[in-house]
Order: sequence, then structure tokens, then C-alpha cells
Amino acid sequence: MLPAHGPRDRAVRLLAIDPLDGSLSLGWPADLPALLAPGDLVVMNDAATVPASLMGRTTSGDPIELRLTSGSSITADRTSSFLVVLFGAGDWRTPTEHRPPPPRLAPGDRLWFEASLSAVVEAVDVRSPRLCEVRFEAVGADLWRRIYRAGRPIQYAHLRSPLRLQDAQNPAAGRPVAVEAPSAGRFLHAAALRGLSRAGIRVASLTHAAGLSSTGDPVIDALLPLPEVYDLPEATVAAIDGARQRGGRIVAIGTTVVRALEGNLLEHGALRPGPGVTDLRIGPGYAPRIADALVSGLHARAESHFDVMSAFAPPSLCDEALDVAEREGLQNHEFGDLCIVVPRAPSRARPSLLPASPRLRPIRHGNGAARQIPTGASGVAIPSL
Amino acid sequence: MKLEDRTVLITGGSRGLGAAMARRFASLGAKIAIAARASHSLEEVAASIRGVGGRAQAFTYDAVDPDGGHRLAGEVAVTFGPVDLLIHNASTLGPVPLVPMLETDASDFERALRVNAIAPLRLTQAVAGSMALRGGGTIVAISSDAAHAAYPTWGAYGASKAALELCMRTLAVELEGTGVRILIVDPGEMDTQMHAEAVPDAHRGDLADPGDVAAAIARLVAAGSTPNGARVEVSGLREVA
Repeated sequence: MLPAHGPRDRAVRLLAIDPLDGSLSLGWPADLPALLAPGDLVVMNDAATVPASLMGRTTSGDPIELRLTSGSSITADRTSSFLVVLFGAGDWRTPTEHRPPPPRLAPGDRLWFEASLSAVVEAVDVRSPRLCEVRFEAVGADLWRRIYRAGRPIQYAHLRSPLRLQDAQNPAAGRPVAVEAPSAGRFLHAAALRGLSRAGIRVASLTHAAGLSSTGDPVIDALLPLPEVYDLPEATVAAIDGARQRGGRIVAIGTTVVRALEGNLLEHGALRPGPGVTDLRIGPGYAPRIADALVSGLHARAESHFDVMSAFAPPSLCDEALDVAEREGLQNHEFGDLCIVVPRAPSRARPSLLPASPRLRPIRHGNGAARQIPTGASGVAIPSL
Repeated sequence: MKLEDRTVLITGGSRGLGAAMARRFASLGAKIAIAARASHSLEEVAASIRGVGGRAQAFTYDAVDPDGGHRLAGEVAVTFGPVDLLIHNASTLGPVPLVPMLETDASDFERALRVNAIAPLRLTQAVAGSMALRGGGTIVAISSDAAHAAYPTWGAYGASKAALELCMRTLAVELEGTGVRILIVDPGEMDTQMHAEAVPDAHRGDLADPGDVAAAIARLVAAGSTPNGARVEVSGLREVA
């Protein structure tokens, strides 16, 4: 499948996959209300994308590019230390796998950027010289003002021209905590939200700090996705519970929404509002307990997004869907086409998952078979430095 | 709209009506982001609000920078959270003294369009989707009767304000039902530096105090009863108040 070369190249398509009867259909994002039913709940990630790529120099003048692995803190603390990925000379036009590593760095070395922004290397990971912890020499609002001036969004080598900050934002994004756009929500502009609402489909949001999707360094990429922070509003938990009790389906817009919801449930045993961190990896065999449907970009079989899709439909059907997408000329990557994995038959009412619920009963699937309840997170550790 | 703890972004907040609105909304408990080109007075307005216990932060913003709107929305959201009330107040007259349309340099007209109409559209694009997702938010565009009447020498400014008003009215129709409310406010003639530049021989006693106009706008926003897309003349507001 070919990648989309830019944000405004062409109208985006929507490939609908029904995991129950295996049917596939091709339409447009505007068809979403028709694929859903009154009472369903769409949950989207409202994270905005920060300019996480900073071009700079070492003290000896060697060029580097620094990419933040996480955006501003959801809990509004005054962090100035960040886990970052560094590249040596070159820019976004070179695929990351061909970018040279940064010059040899040691704790105490300084890095210099535009807008009078500087950082001190605090640690270099033993597994990859590209993975470092740095401390910026600014804090809070002042730090972010400098980052917004010195930085630009993370770029992709398959694009024709550089992304502007606005190209990396979803239309409904409001909280700048992501370093790459949670791009499945790209089609949910105000008119689309109104269309859903008119069709009796409610929309709720959470904030999930989408991290780096790939770095080109196999050692670091094996660690992705890194643990990511999220914030689950009380209103969203209530909306999910209400929809489930009415028999509505929960439609996750993007894999980040699935990670936040499932990660929260696994940690607490019930959905608990508030901030959290998840290291959950979702793949084939994982049975999502909150989300019934997933809207996602189209992703190659080796990518973690494809694994998440495989938790919503049999891997063989996902495979087949990718073949169809290729035949139909669909495109992948950030600005490519979308798919939705949604079972047509509406679910029936299910028990509450609120912490106040007297007990947690097994969830039943459309065909009456009990779905497997996962017992623990996969346990990807934060890279040790 | 309850204003306490809300994020209010005001462009052109370094003086005149913008600074007066910043002080007024801060006194009502809002978190104030004022945005303008870097200047001592911009920082001073923010510092004076903080000095009396308010919450305010100055942001450097160049209305003609194509990336400026999204950068500003991002910086404000990092500092105070997503914008709940956006006030398009920054505005340019173009070169003064004002000249007739036939003598207006096209590049000056282009700049007026960029600052007075296109920049507000960009900034609206950066915040309105988030407001719609959250089910509420207010966007106020400060306009002028020059958007409707043909005043000699005010052509470039008036045409740019007419463009602003039609953009905002169209947005209001498109956002109907999302909870986002758009208001166009004609503040009338005020005793400001901008007015003095445009009409140097005006009698100051005939001009409204920007502080009174700011108070009227705050009441309008707080009441929340004005329909989406409405155009409000502030002189009418003062009679009501």
C-alpha cells in the first residue's frame, strides 16, 4: 500500500470491516453515522500535537535533531526533564532508518536550539546512543513558549513538503500533550460531530498523550509504544457506562483511546476517572472489554496499530481487509485512509463498569459466548537509563 | 457563560479595549491570555493583572504569521487549558492618516485583510473544534460600523471588517448546534490610541471609555442569552445595563 503524501492530497476513504460476518465495505468518513446506531458512543482523543522536533547543535557545533517522546504533562506539573530520541546530521527528507546517530554524548553535555532554548544531557541509554534523558534549561510556560518557537511537528520522509503545526492537529484537538497526532480523529471536525449528534450518537473524549510511532532505530522501536499518560474525564466514564447500559456500542477513535480505556480498566478493575499511565500493548487474542469498535488508520502488518486492529477482528480478516485496501488504491500512514472495525449487530445492554457497581460480571459478546478477560498488562518497562 | 476559571484569549491585549477586557475578565476570575506583538505594554498589562491577584499571561503573537494562530492556541492551552472564550480584538487601520480607496496601496489593503479577517479565521480554526467537542465556547469578533457603511478613507479597514463579519456569520451557521456561540460586537467610538490615530480631531468627551465597553462585553458574554451569530452594538448594551 502506498503512503499518503500530504494532509490535503485527496478525500479520505473509510473501509468498514464487520468482524461478525466478515463483510467489508468502502465508503467515506461521513458514512460513520450510518454505520452506527442511536445510543452508540464515540470516544475520541482530544490531544493536540506539540512541535516535538527541535533542530539544534551540540557545543562543538555538530547538528542534531531532538524528538520529544512525550508532550506537555497532563497534570500541569513543571517538568523540564524529558526522554528524547536524538538524530545526527540530516533532516526529515531522509527516512529515519538511514539517519546517522548523534555525535557521542555524555551526561553534562549541552544542546543548543533556537529561541534561546538549551538542554543538558542527563543520561544516555546503554542500549542506544539515540535514546537520552535531557533537562531543558527552562521550565513551565516559559519552556513551552520556547519549544513552540524552536520546534516544529515531527516530520515524515514520505511526505512531499514539511508539515506545519496546523497540519499535525486534529480539528477537535485542544490539549497539547501528544508528540504525534492521534490521526484517526482527523475527520472529526465540528460538522462531523454535529452529524453524529443529530443521528443520536453521543461523543465523549479523553486525553491520551500519543507518543512516538517509530524512530528507525530497531532497539528503540522494539520498546514502542512507551508508557503513555492519559486523562479520563468523569463525564466520559459516565457516558460509557450509560451507553453500555442502553446497549449502545463504544466506538474508539484511534488506538490511543483503546489503550487508555483498557489500560485504566486493567489497572483499577473498573473504569476510574482521572489521570493515569498505561504500558498496555494490545494485539491478537486481546479481547477489549470497553471498546466494541475501532476507527483507525490503515497500517502495515508489522505495525503496532495493526496489532490493535487484530484485537477487534480475526487477524485473517484484517489481512484480507489490507489486501482489499491495496486493490482499491487506498493509502496508509498519518494522512491516509481510515478503517472502522464495527460489528453490525447492536450489542445488548451490559452491566455497569463504574467503580460503584456492586460487582463486575463477565461481558457477553453478540453470539452469547463469554469473551476472554485479560489478566494483566504486558509490562513494557520505561527504558532504564 | 460562567467566567470563573475559564481560559480567555484576547488578541491585541496590550492597550485600549483589549487591555480593558483583560482586566475586566480577570476580575471575574478568568485566566487571561493576552496576545500581541512583543512589547513592554503587553507584559505590563499581564503584570498589572497579576499584581492585583488575577491570573494573566502575555503571549507574543504576530497576526500575519501563517503558523501564529495554531502556535498561540497551543501555548495558551499548555499554560491555562483549552480556550473557552476567544476575543478577536487585534486589528489594524493600515497607514494613517487614512487615504481614499483610489489612493490605497493594494499591499496595505492585503495587510488589513490578513490582520483583520484571515488571522481571526486561522485562530478560530485552531480553537473552535475543541470547543465543539467540549460542547461549548464563545467567540467574540470586535468589529466596526465601517463594516457596513461607506465612510470616505475607511475603505480598506471597512472592507476587511466586512470580510471578518461574514466569516464569523458563516462560522456561526456552520457551528449551530455544537454549543459554540459566535458574537459580533460593534464597540462604537472609544477613547483609544487607535481612534486618535484615525480621527485626530475627535472630541474625547464624545468617546466611550474602553473600560465601560469592556464591562458591557463581559455582561453580554456572561449572560449567554445573545443568539449565536448575532451582531451587537455596545451603545445598545449600555442602555440595557
